[in-house]
Amino acid sequence: MGQRILTLIVKELLAAWRDPRSRFILVGPPLIELVLFTYAATEDVTNVRMGVVNEDYGTAARDLVARFEGSPNFAEVRRLRGEADIAPAIDSRSVLMVLHIGPDFSRRLTAGESSQVQLILDGRRSNASQLVAGYAQAILDAYNQELAAGRRGPQPPSAAVTRIWFNPNREITWNSVPSLVVILTTVMGLVVTALSVARERELGTFEQLLVSPLQPLEIIVGKTVPAVLIGLGEATMIIGAGVVGFRVPMHGSLVLLYASMLVYLAAVIGVGLFISSLARTQQQAILGAFVFMVPAVTLSGFASPIENMPDWLQWVTLANPIRYFLVIVKGLFLKDLPAAEVLRNLWPLAVIAVVTLTASTWLFRHRTG
Amino acid sequence: MTAATDSNFDCRTDFQSVPENGRIEKPSYRMTAATDSNFDRRTDFQSVPENGRIEKPSYRWRRILALVRKESFQILRDPSSYLMAGVLPLLLLVIYGYGVSLDLCRIAVGVVVEEASPEADSLADSFRNSRFFAVRLARHRAEVQGDLTSGRLKGIIVLAADFADRLGRGDTAPVQILVDGSDPNTAGLVENYAQGVWLNWLQQEGISRSSLAVRPSAAPLVVAEPRVWFNPDVDSRNFLIPGSVAIIMTLIGTLLTALVVAREWERGTMEALMATPIGRLEFLLGKLIPYFVLGMAAMGLSVAAAVVVFDVPFRGSVGMLLLVSAAFLADMLPLGLLISTVTRDQFVASQVALLSAFLPAFWLSGFIFEIDSMPLPIRLLTYVLPARYFVSSLQTLFLAGDVASVLVPNLIALTIIAVVLMAALVRVTRLRLE
Repeated sequence: MGQRILTLIVKELLAAWRDPRSRFILVGPPLIELVLFTYAATEDVTNVRMGVVNEDYGTAARDLVARFEGSPNFAEVRRLRGEADIAPAIDSRSVLMVLHIGPDFSRRLTAGESSQVQLILDGRRSNASQLVAGYAQAILDAYNQELAAGRRGPQPPSAAVTRIWFNPNREITWNSVPSLVVILTTVMGLVVTALSVARERELGTFEQLLVSPLQPLEIIVGKTVPAVLIGLGEATMIIGAGVVGFRVPMHGSLVLLYASMLVYLAAVIGVGLFISSLARTQQQAILGAFVFMVPAVTLSGFASPIENMPDWLQWVTLANPIRYFLVIVKGLFLKDLPAAEVLRNLWPLAVIAVVTLTASTWLFRHRTG
Repeated sequence: MTAATDSNFDCRTDFQSVPENGRIEKPSYRMTAATDSNFDRRTDFQSVPENGRIEKPSYRWRRILALVRKESFQILRDPSSYLMAGVLPLLLLVIYGYGVSLDLCRIAVGVVVEEASPEADSLADSFRNSRFFAVRLARHRAEVQGDLTSGRLKGIIVLAADFADRLGRGDTAPVQILVDGSDPNTAGLVENYAQGVWLNWLQQEGISRSSLAVRPSAAPLVVAEPRVWFNPDVDSRNFLIPGSVAIIMTLIGTLLTALVVAREWERGTMEALMATPIGRLEFLLGKLIPYFVLGMAAMGLSVAAAVVVFDVPFRGSVGMLLLVSAAFLADMLPLGLLISTVTRDQFVASQVALLSAFLPAFWLSGFIFEIDSMPLPIRLLTYVLPARYFVSSLQTLFLAGDVASVLVPNLIALTIIAVVLMAALVRVTRLRLE
């Protein structure tokens, strides 16, 4: 029995590796994706173009505009001639924000009255515009403080100090590399397995496999192990590139990381085999894998926190393997997550793996052809 | 070895009559074989001259029509196309409509009050009353620190033991905000909201509490009045849903078509097609038309659901929406066919489609991440991505209206890319064996 499974495993690995195109696909795109998307996934907003309508000729207004021009967040501060120019500039997306300073700005400030400036933001990009509004507010705060100090005003009674744990310099790569380790491992593990059975079925070799002395369980093992090995290889490649190329710290234990990865890959491959055993053609398998993957990645807590979702959707995410693995990988990379926490996220993965692998074994036996 | 078995199988199904109840293959599979052999037969009887130019144009249209019919049947009979064009769009809309919100609320934070005092308790209460936070109170930092590591808390606000003392003495009393930097987006928002709660508290307490009122209030002189156009409630759903329409059309336009020609090569039906008098353009039109219709239908379904079910405003015109979507599909469909013609393998084709169309539509289109903030080389790269123009057009059409200064340049860019891709596609399409 061991010999038979081994033969199948060797055959699967050879099939994946021997074709130069599929060999390239296993190595090339993940690395390209890593480089491209690591740098693209900036949650910060920089290089923003903004507009200014300054109807005030006083020095205070000029001073304030200069502060915006000096800020690294704004690449270009475009001067608009009047209120009429605001709408076209925002509509055409040439600026994300317009700062509107009214005609009596300086006069009120010199008189010691508080004066208002207007920030007009493009709600089509509401996430970015909210962040930009925050930057603008910070500039105004600093300006206010200086005004207060200049008039020998009181010290602020209290000050808030922020400290960012685990990523003190807000390096974007520290967040995106661990996330990409998870996503790319998932994509590869899922697609490789989803296709392996569907391809054999489409080509007709699956029937040959069924009439061979291999038991359904042996076929499952023979399909799972090579996919796990490929997935481990993929992950190692990406982790290596992340740590060496992007200098993302790896604070946690590698043993824990690889142990969790084994369980995770078993869960993902279980899903892949399940899709594969339902599909009759490769097209169905690929599309099925997508229909699973796109929502699963979106609901993993990668793009938006799970706590923000409505309760019923939070319940749905409990069945999502990516959710748990993301916590483990990010935790091990950046936080040296304690083993107990890893375990807390690992046992649901083990349950998912057992359920999906059992279900696909059953389907193989009962759904021939 | 596998390829050989593959074509053997195919030949057998082509020439042998498969038993009607033969569950071994799926209906669409039989369909391909049957239509392709119909083609063979008809052209045999009518003996069309080798050089297709002499024949009447009506034959050409009949051939295209026949291919369109065959391709449509194949789409209609394959459950996976409903999955892609019907189920996935609705699933994505539900997820983006209900699930993914980039706006924070009820985020779990810990508030550590090291020594109870009226001032510290009142600030802690402000945090508890904020709709942004779900607060866990603690006496010591150590009680909640572990939860920040495990991710159960997204931030900790620490009011040190001497908070009230320092306020009373007139010193600056520090409030420490600790956030989890492994999720920078949430960290930034927690920081901003916590600052907001704290500033609010300062202003209110400055009026009512004596320890603060002894000094003149430090009310800011310059007040910002933010106004968010197009989306005054700052609802992230309103820009995520238009973006997800782009994702759906990318998947249908490129992934589905990428599999189509690759499958014909894998199964050997491409060679059967070569034996027919069909021309390059006819072949391509026969493949493009059905998927164009499918893509537009999925777009219509998604937009209708977005407006009716999810109350996303649609301020543009339907005609413009159709025009922009058609232009986008004119990019995506040839790209998919190009991929499958070049790769001739469904696995490789699906991965290339993923890399060249789906992931860029997700990451590089401005759908989630701001293009302006990306490094210069990537920013330049986005100019050749159709998704960039489509996402921007959709967001404008949904939220702002028919803004010519956005839509016209986008349409021009989409058209240029379409022409380039079509030209490349016609070049690589060969209906001849080398």
